[in-house]
Amino acid sequence: MGWAIALHGGAGDIPLTLPPERREPREAALRRCLEIGVAALKAGQPSLDVVELVVRELENCPHFNAGKGSVLASNGTVEMEACIMDGTKKCGAVSGLTTVVNPISLARLVMEKTPHIYLAFDGAEAFAREQGVETVDRSHFVTLENVERLTQAKEANRVQIDYTQPMPKELAKQTIVVDGDSKVGTVGCVAVDKNGNIATATSTGGLVNKMVGRIGDTPIIGAGTYANSLCAVSATGKGESIIRNTVARDVAALMEYKGLSLKEAAAYVVEECAPEGTTGLVAVSAKGEVTMPFNTTGMFRACATEDGYTEIGIWPSV
Amino acid sequence: MGGWAIAIHGGAGVDPNLPSQRQEQAKQLLTRCLNLGISALRSSLPAIDVVELVVRELESDPFFNSGRGSALTEKGTVEMEASIMDGAGRRCGAVSGITTVKNPVSLARLVMDKSPHSYLAFSGAEEFAHQQGVETVNNEYFITEDNVGMLKLAKEAKSILYDYRVPETCSAVVENQWQMNGMPLALYAPETVGCVVVDSEGRCAAATSTGGLMNKMTGRIGDSPLIGSGTYACDVCAVSCTGEGEAIIRSTLARDVAAVMEYKGLGLQEAVEYVVTERLDQGKAGLIAVSRNGEVACRFNCVGMFRGYATEDGSMEVRIW
Repeated sequence: MGWAIALHGGAGDIPLTLPPERREPREAALRRCLEIGVAALKAGQPSLDVVELVVRELENCPHFNAGKGSVLASNGTVEMEACIMDGTKKCGAVSGLTTVVNPISLARLVMEKTPHIYLAFDGAEAFAREQGVETVDRSHFVTLENVERLTQAKEANRVQIDYTQPMPKELAKQTIVVDGDSKVGTVGCVAVDKNGNIATATSTGGLVNKMVGRIGDTPIIGAGTYANSLCAVSATGKGESIIRNTVARDVAALMEYKGLSLKEAAAYVVEECAPEGTTGLVAVSAKGEVTMPFNTTGMFRACATEDGYTEIGIWPSV
Repeated sequence: MGGWAIAIHGGAGVDPNLPSQRQEQAKQLLTRCLNLGISALRSSLPAIDVVELVVRELESDPFFNSGRGSALTEKGTVEMEASIMDGAGRRCGAVSGITTVKNPVSLARLVMDKSPHSYLAFSGAEEFAHQQGVETVNNEYFITEDNVGMLKLAKEAKSILYDYRVPETCSAVVENQWQMNGMPLALYAPETVGCVVVDSEGRCAAATSTGGLMNKMTGRIGDSPLIGSGTYACDVCAVSCTGEGEAIIRSTLARDVAAVMEYKGLGLQEAVEYVVTERLDQGKAGLIAVSRNGEVACRFNCVGMFRGYATEDGSMEVRIW
């Protein structure tokens, strides 16, 4: 028992050669967000508040693909989506946001202030204004790195999944050298508080060069985000794959229907159900367990539990 | 067991006072669509083609809440959504916020087959439709007089419900005590449509299409386009759901049928029974499902569900209650 928290900044083909100037800011951000989450849990804040708080921090950080720092769609703008869910299965989701500073908070408002679960595009933006949440000019979210990523993706004429796909050798080499950092990931946080309440939150800008209007796994309950009385899950990786594998739901379903533990269920989904190189996730159980499996080269992640365990990492721990 | 099977639905949650003429119309439409599906299966069309074909027919008819005849948003417009899933390989496609595409289920299919993505929405989806050259019409095409009237009543009922919290003091239509989604069934119009098929090769497929909730906020997305909630298909089975969208999403209803079969080893009937009785909590919904073995199942926990099914061995039924 006791509280536990895990967060991620995206899973994918993060090269081991990632230069320090790209690696360190992200590690520092993970550390900072972990500390914020841990402090909140220690102060007795409910897990739903904690996951929202941590994901807001990650959204505000320009090094991750959520909120500020979101990757760009084919038309050069951001279209952000987010989702939040707690152990009672209350949930909220948003897609197609272009001006809302913290999509995860809007998702929470959809959950708490409307009879619906999911609002998107113009309707979601209108709701944001009604609710008086912070909105800015869309240029706020755009970073130079992301403009560069979009240009490269267009040149290569590909939709860039968070991290590089198997590509022709020369191209792959070139990308790693020229742009060892074309990979940015969705963010997410799961937590269980001292009362055993669990919650999950996920937020993203989606895929580099995605078609306008493309929705990924993040806002789809059961795909990128899911929680019930047993566990809370936030996934990251190749959205289309996570959707068809109903990743987040399946972790809970395996615990529920096959009696697997959190670690076993999460490992099974990531190793057996999801194709190699597509999926990573963080999950906590109501009992205070935490797990962060991934089948990609790496996943920006961090976790901590009440009994003192802490981990911050990118590549598989040795 | 074995052989093909098909099931279709036109929505769960039926006003018990639905005039018999409307009931007859519904049954005729269901019968016609079922027969279309049966012919297609007899000519060995694959499951994925059959579900698309049948749902197109249901969308084109203004009777149910999909395509033409869709429920209206709070602004009086139509925003449609649909999804389709091919059990073999679990490929899927979905669309939301469709305002001009005549057959949303076919656009969902194109997303699956012709785009690198699984789900497109709103102006991006309309742009894709334009690129693909699908048939488009004005938004007015989808709006029926019936639904314009319904929207008016729904707005009245909502304001009265919120102000007085006493439905019985409202107009005659609202007197009906059967409610779903906080609204009297007579106004609720939950008639999402869907089709599930297993073909003679044992391949399963599912498709669902809807205009969504009457008087919904613009931009509201329900369960129908969400893979795992309103629609799901895999090697083992195919499922299409209808009812209170938010409840279906929370319970990931369609995926759970398959999960319970896969992880608990239940058969189709047991799985469907289990999921509808144990997984919906307070929610009201229904679903249709087929298994790769040619079984068909249907279950709902509300008043009535427009549905029909047929199997290769000759059984066929169309029902409301």
